[in-house]
Amino acid sequence: MKLKRFLAGTAAVVMATTTLVGCGGGDSSSKAGDSSSSAPVSEQGKVLNIYCWNTEFQERFEKFYVPNADKSVYDGVKINWIQNTNEGNVYQTKLDEALQKQQSASADDKIDIFLVEMDYATKYVNSDVAIPLADIGITEDDLKNQYDYTKQTFTNPDGKQVATTWQATPGLYMYRADIAEKVLGTSDPDKVQEQISDLDKFAEVAQKMKEAGYYMVSGYDDMYRLFSNNVSAPWVTDNKITIDDQIAKWIELTKEYSDKGYNHGTSLWDDQWNADMKKDAKVFGYFFSTWGIAFSLRDATVDEKLKDDGSNAKEGNGLYGQWRACPGPVPYSWGGTGIVACQGTDNQELIKDIMLKMTCDTAVMKSMTADETVQDYTNNKEAIKQLIDEGYTNPFLGGQNHLALLTEAAEKLDMSNKLSAYDQGLNEKIQSNMKLYFKGEKTYDEALELFYSDIKALYPNLTH
Amino acid sequence: MKKRKSISYAKWGYIFLIPFFLVYAVFSLYPLISTFVTSFMDITVDQGFISFSGEQEVNNGFCGLQNYTAVFTGEIGRSFYNTAVMWLLGFIPQIIISLLLAAWFTDLRLKIKAQGFFKALIYLPNILMASAVSYLFYGLFSQGGGIWTIINDITGYEGVLLDNAWGARSIVALINFLLWYGNTTILLMAAIMGVDTSLYESAQIDGANSSQMFWKITMPLIRPILLYVLITSLIGGIQMYDVPTLLATSTGYPGQSLLTLVMQIQNRKDASPGIASAICIVIFIVTAILGGIIFYVTEDRSDKRLARKRKKSAKEAV
Repeated sequence: MKLKRFLAGTAAVVMATTTLVGCGGGDSSSKAGDSSSSAPVSEQGKVLNIYCWNTEFQERFEKFYVPNADKSVYDGVKINWIQNTNEGNVYQTKLDEALQKQQSASADDKIDIFLVEMDYATKYVNSDVAIPLADIGITEDDLKNQYDYTKQTFTNPDGKQVATTWQATPGLYMYRADIAEKVLGTSDPDKVQEQISDLDKFAEVAQKMKEAGYYMVSGYDDMYRLFSNNVSAPWVTDNKITIDDQIAKWIELTKEYSDKGYNHGTSLWDDQWNADMKKDAKVFGYFFSTWGIAFSLRDATVDEKLKDDGSNAKEGNGLYGQWRACPGPVPYSWGGTGIVACQGTDNQELIKDIMLKMTCDTAVMKSMTADETVQDYTNNKEAIKQLIDEGYTNPFLGGQNHLALLTEAAEKLDMSNKLSAYDQGLNEKIQSNMKLYFKGEKTYDEALELFYSDIKALYPNLTH
Repeated sequence: MKKRKSISYAKWGYIFLIPFFLVYAVFSLYPLISTFVTSFMDITVDQGFISFSGEQEVNNGFCGLQNYTAVFTGEIGRSFYNTAVMWLLGFIPQIIISLLLAAWFTDLRLKIKAQGFFKALIYLPNILMASAVSYLFYGLFSQGGGIWTIINDITGYEGVLLDNAWGARSIVALINFLLWYGNTTILLMAAIMGVDTSLYESAQIDGANSSQMFWKITMPLIRPILLYVLITSLIGGIQMYDVPTLLATSTGYPGQSLLTLVMQIQNRKDASPGIASAICIVIFIVTAILGGIIFYVTEDRSDKRLARKRKKSAKEAV
């Protein structure tokens, strides 16, 4: 009997202790859960949950934010990365599920930051789940160096900007100097640009490339963004899908390129698509935004895996230093990641600091562009200007200063009335279904029907 | 004084069973019922809208059999066909090869050496994860992959098999075949070894050849196991998901020809839960019927038959 009582007593003590410990962790933040937006610095949450779809932001965060963080808000906060793939709308589905629980979730489980891609930014920007930047304490003046088109994209119908990004994404055509030299007689970016300055000229060069045994582009989807970012109206208006003339033009052009053998018939991100960046491959160039260099091209084109210390990042390693960049036939942009503060967060001070350091701080953003492994064209006119003035050169592009080229292109970008909330699925499905038409497995009408049928499963509320 | 009431321990049996039933009710029964209810609802979720105040979901309430009609027509109806075709393409060679291997391994006259080694070898693919195998095959058959290069070198065919409806289906069937023929072989071998060897001995003495023995003795006697293999494979087949998904990257590429029923559930569960639930219920019913057949066939009814016989003879005696 005594033993039993002893055991019960012990159990009670243990349980009580655990409960106390559970509370103890939050001593400074116990009130954080119900803190209002005007909460003072001291009442910040101890966990920062960030929803993302790849490690892009995480890498930049660790490299550029952590060393520059405001210690008073950053120290002691645990960063939680919740990663789900973009493909097939998985990221959006998981994020939406979490958002629906946001109001009932405990303070540490609430989403604090989530990232949005251009293809579905509209959905979240227009929603009440995002906190306007002004409410966090980020002023117009802080954002003055950002490109207008990025601000515009992330501005909700009430005229409030709700997301901010560290990258501007003007498009490029990146080509191989060795092939250019051989076929076009020059590898100078200005001269090459002259020869491909519009789509007709581009096709002429493609024909030359074909005769010399090369492909102008690797895959079917490579030129998609040239058209999809120049549409006259978004994919969806009032729940009705319209195939814009630009999209139709992409289909027509890609079919022509496929039939004539101007492309290698690969798919975006495929193994073969990546392999086509190698030295012994036969592809002249790739359409990329600046993020493409570090995200894909740099690693895929070298023979010897690049080391962290950068010792083998030099000419002679595969095609390192053999690529050049030019604006290409059509100005376009591709991608771009917005950082959104989620309504209900208990880390507003920290989020403000992250946003300021990562997307407004000229010094940080300058280092981001200059960094060999990042090379983002940062969303900061001042940083880019300073780099150009300092005589920036890019060793990967054989010492070319491609920033100067992009400055002009970035200023001209305009994304207004081009984005809808459904773009992710629509872009993905039109590419995958039209591939069958390009390959000759289906007719255009059959492929289009399959596209609509895929969309019906994904977005049953849309009509066409 | 009367005899003391005996202590019943039976209640403990029930008490210890409670956790199971509790877990079953929460995690299986309730979802089943709720799926059933949802399958009669017309619900659309707008994937392009999110808000704390407004609802993403539009529920138009009870819609009769509308969702079930959708399951048997149009795109989802085609998925029935895709699933059946891919299952058949995999199952037919599987059962033939397995029967052949099982017959050889158990043949008294062949006396194959290193049987254990071969049995293990045949069974080995079954241990592999289906997703890993699909991923491997995707790499081999896609543009620039090993098998693609071989086909290209030999035939000059530039296309990719995975881009062709029948090519892709055949690859799915091939993977399913490779994964499961070993398992079926082992099952059939066990069945054949269960046959009384004296039957084969007397057949040999009577001058029967191997093929006669196979068709006249083995086949009739292993029929229940054959049926079991068939139906378990059917149940697995109707739930086919991982292999085609990984080869087709969830879109059923090329042209939805790899889209199976379970892939349809996955593709629709977020946007049209009503239709997704209806597919679930249809699969549930089909599986239940197939399971019922196995149960009916493999159930030992010798006692009942004996009882019936006794009854009959008793009647006759009267």
